[in-house]
Amino acid sequence: MTWETVIGLETHVELATKTKIFCSCTTQFGGAPNTHCCPVCTGMPGALPVLNEKVLEFAVKAALALNCTVTRYSKFDRKNYFYPDLPKAYQISQLYLPIARDGRVEVDAPSGPCTVGIHELHMEEDAGKLVHDPWLDQTRADYNRCGVPLIEIVTQPDFRSADQVIAYLELLKETLQYLGVSDCKMQEGSLRCDVNLSVRPLGSEALGTRTEMKNLSSFKAIARAIDYEARRQIELIQEGKRVVQETRRWDENKDATYAMRSKENAQDYRYFPEPDLPPVQLSEDYVASLRAAQPELAAEKRARYQADYGLPSYHCQMITSDRILARFFEDLVALGTPPKQGANWIMGEVLGALSAKGMNPGDMKLSAATLARLIALVEEGRLNRNTAVKVFEAVFDDDGDVETYVRDHGLEQVRDTGLVEAAVARALEANPQSVTDFRSGKEKAFGFLVGQVMRELKGKADPKLVNELLHRVLQGS
Amino acid sequence: MELSKLTALELGAAIHRGDVSIPQAAQAALDAIGAQGGALNCYLTVTGEQTLARAEQLQKGLKHARSPLYGVPMAWKDNICTKGVRTTCASRILGDFAPPYDATAVERLEAAGALSLGKLNMDEFAMGSTSETSCFGPVRNPWDLTRSPGGSSGGAAAAVAAGLGWYAVGSDTGGSIRQPAAYCGVTGIKPTYGTVSRYGLIAYASSLDQMGPLGRDAADCAAVLDLLQGRDRRDATSLDGDYGGLLSSLTGDVRGLSVGVPMECFGEGLDGEVRRAVLAAAEVLKGRGARVAELSFPVLKYAVPAYYIIASAEASSNLSRYDGVKYGWRAQDYDDLTDLYTKTRTQGFGLEAKRRILLGTFVLSSGYYDAYYKKALQVKAAIKAAFDRAFHQCDLLLTPVAPTTAPKLGENLGDPLNMYLSDIYTVSVNLAGLPGLSMPCGFDSKGMPIGAQLIGPHFGEGKLLNAAHAFQMDTDYHRQTPEGGERA
Repeated sequence: MTWETVIGLETHVELATKTKIFCSCTTQFGGAPNTHCCPVCTGMPGALPVLNEKVLEFAVKAALALNCTVTRYSKFDRKNYFYPDLPKAYQISQLYLPIARDGRVEVDAPSGPCTVGIHELHMEEDAGKLVHDPWLDQTRADYNRCGVPLIEIVTQPDFRSADQVIAYLELLKETLQYLGVSDCKMQEGSLRCDVNLSVRPLGSEALGTRTEMKNLSSFKAIARAIDYEARRQIELIQEGKRVVQETRRWDENKDATYAMRSKENAQDYRYFPEPDLPPVQLSEDYVASLRAAQPELAAEKRARYQADYGLPSYHCQMITSDRILARFFEDLVALGTPPKQGANWIMGEVLGALSAKGMNPGDMKLSAATLARLIALVEEGRLNRNTAVKVFEAVFDDDGDVETYVRDHGLEQVRDTGLVEAAVARALEANPQSVTDFRSGKEKAFGFLVGQVMRELKGKADPKLVNELLHRVLQGS
Repeated sequence: MELSKLTALELGAAIHRGDVSIPQAAQAALDAIGAQGGALNCYLTVTGEQTLARAEQLQKGLKHARSPLYGVPMAWKDNICTKGVRTTCASRILGDFAPPYDATAVERLEAAGALSLGKLNMDEFAMGSTSETSCFGPVRNPWDLTRSPGGSSGGAAAAVAAGLGWYAVGSDTGGSIRQPAAYCGVTGIKPTYGTVSRYGLIAYASSLDQMGPLGRDAADCAAVLDLLQGRDRRDATSLDGDYGGLLSSLTGDVRGLSVGVPMECFGEGLDGEVRRAVLAAAEVLKGRGARVAELSFPVLKYAVPAYYIIASAEASSNLSRYDGVKYGWRAQDYDDLTDLYTKTRTQGFGLEAKRRILLGTFVLSSGYYDAYYKKALQVKAAIKAAFDRAFHQCDLLLTPVAPTTAPKLGENLGDPLNMYLSDIYTVSVNLAGLPGLSMPCGFDSKGMPIGAQLIGPHFGEGKLLNAAHAFQMDTDYHRQTPEGGERA
């Protein structure tokens, strides 16, 4: 029998707001334990939550980008459970009326395109962190993460393979980064994913019993966990056993999933409407203004770069893979750099330097203005390409001044026809054999002579001018 | 001058004139608390030294004072956060919790020169109608020490009645200001939901809780409310409004005011003496030119069950944070996390708090939510609508505050259902978010005070206070003081 895997995702994304969802504490990652908290996010008696409007804005932006229907009247609910990392003993979330529903995104996976339905998107707060000290046998609570804003994006069970899941997550990550609503750093926990998975005979309409997998900390882990869990379920069914609806934990070291709790032991969260927060009512104008202000997303940029600038698709892909890099490219173009030249420099020198130094585009000090100036010097014929690369390397780290560097190091191209003519004359005189060779049809000799002229001028000559003059002299005489 | 005979506004005026200094007034109040506070058990914390130091400071700033209550000694119910001063909610579980912040209400009053004497006893987490559920022992009624002062703001009502502070700020979730005010013969008002910031009020039932003043008369309450009310950006449920001016608009003119008397509030279960006194109050208002008409309010019978479902549900969630992990009291000798939770909460909460936590947990449980909580929300909406209709017919409603006068201590403890039913006239006001005022309107044959309740539409505080002021111009129930309850 052929089996089909059916997967749905619940993705928690931390929003990149400066302050927390219900108070004005910083959301900065790290910090000494319990230094980014206040009475509100630690749930002190009498403290009350007030919604950070930026969170609402970011959630709506994300919802619009995922083609969701934005709820004009949404509410917060309390999810009640006891745990020491949750100081109020309830999480403020949205169950009954989430901020957005019914979205869809088109995903281009290696195994083929697929459409992923978004069931809902809701806002909620993060919990704190428990740190166990095995030495003292103590558990300590750090509430710095409490109240960091999250959106949870729940898909329909529309995935059939791990590669579709990964392609969706990559698209999601790219989209949210482009919107500036999240940095989606999995290693800092700002993108977390739970996988709901079931299997069924291919062609069957009914869904099988699903399990939910947690603790998936990388795309690689997600892909492996999906493959493992699908195989486990298929084997169970083939052995005549049945899949139990339960939550399973992925163990990265053992490459296997383990049961955490079954449906029978599922917690009753006793959801009810959060009385401390009034309903969120959004006007048509508000949603329309956010829709109008939506930035161009990666896919749109790729299409535009190809159509308007004729860039090869690989270049488009690479440049748009990072919002900051795309911005850098667009700044270059805005400063008058020919798009193809700009793309070439990014693909070659910029990405090369970043990868050599192990940096992200966001860490780069080099400004678009500096690179634009450098490219312009080449275009103007004042610097040759090879020299320009040396200048690039010199100014890359500290965004140095191109003009100053060129002047201080005397790198400007020699374009004085008189000087070049003199150098040509000297080179021909010193290499009569090459002249003879060229005239007898040995094209290679020409290159040698160009090199000799460049040497005379310490490599600073404009190669076009050298070519031109050398041709004129050799053919004219 | 006999300070204890003065109202808060009269004392404020005497302070302004220089007839009495703030430290003198403070010392007088502290002496009275020293003499009587123990018997009444109305204060949980008296800030003595701190109060006197602040009194000296306030005296120095007197010439810049603007508030008519500047320097007048008062006290806070112990569920209102006061920075650095123990705030217990009369519960063991909060231990010696001293909040690192002031409630917005505290900030507002202190900015106007309020002088706090300390913190007042109450029912544990404001859950109760007799102030007997306090882990620090029951409050006693200054009119009869064998009787309850009502609850949950029993300490506040007893203190004001006994002259241990010129006014108090309490909280009202289902009648917790109005009912003790009635039992103790003082005036109290629960303002429109959202007009007094709840920031720093330790939550019992967030959608119903509201702070308000208890004072000797309507004018004192108006003066305090002028300071308390206002939009607060730290409370998302707080409302914009045209605040202030309540005191200055007290004219006592009620000509043409139409007062509705809901017949359902005067039927079975209401003590005869209470009925006569409350209906007599209608006559007093009539005598000053108000129109009085009967009307029907049938939805009232659902108010108590709906209230106890909603309030308990919210309470079960609000009180979950007291788990022994972060602050407050923690049980000893626990084996693991679950044991820590279980022991701390079993030993830390009193019976009534536990009863409501269990009730609230039950009504929110999967499978029961629709049958209880959702139904209760529907009743809440129906009650709101009924009040809206009533306020198309009249300006104010007049009802009893409670079916009887103050019960004997211990009388209700073993019979929670009976205690809950006694909230019949007050809880619907909270469910609808309306303002409700309690004023003394007579005494029963045992000499215990009787209270009448005025209910107004949203933002109707001005009407309520003016009607009460008018009533108090023609009556002197509010000027009676408990026998033997000597004032400072």
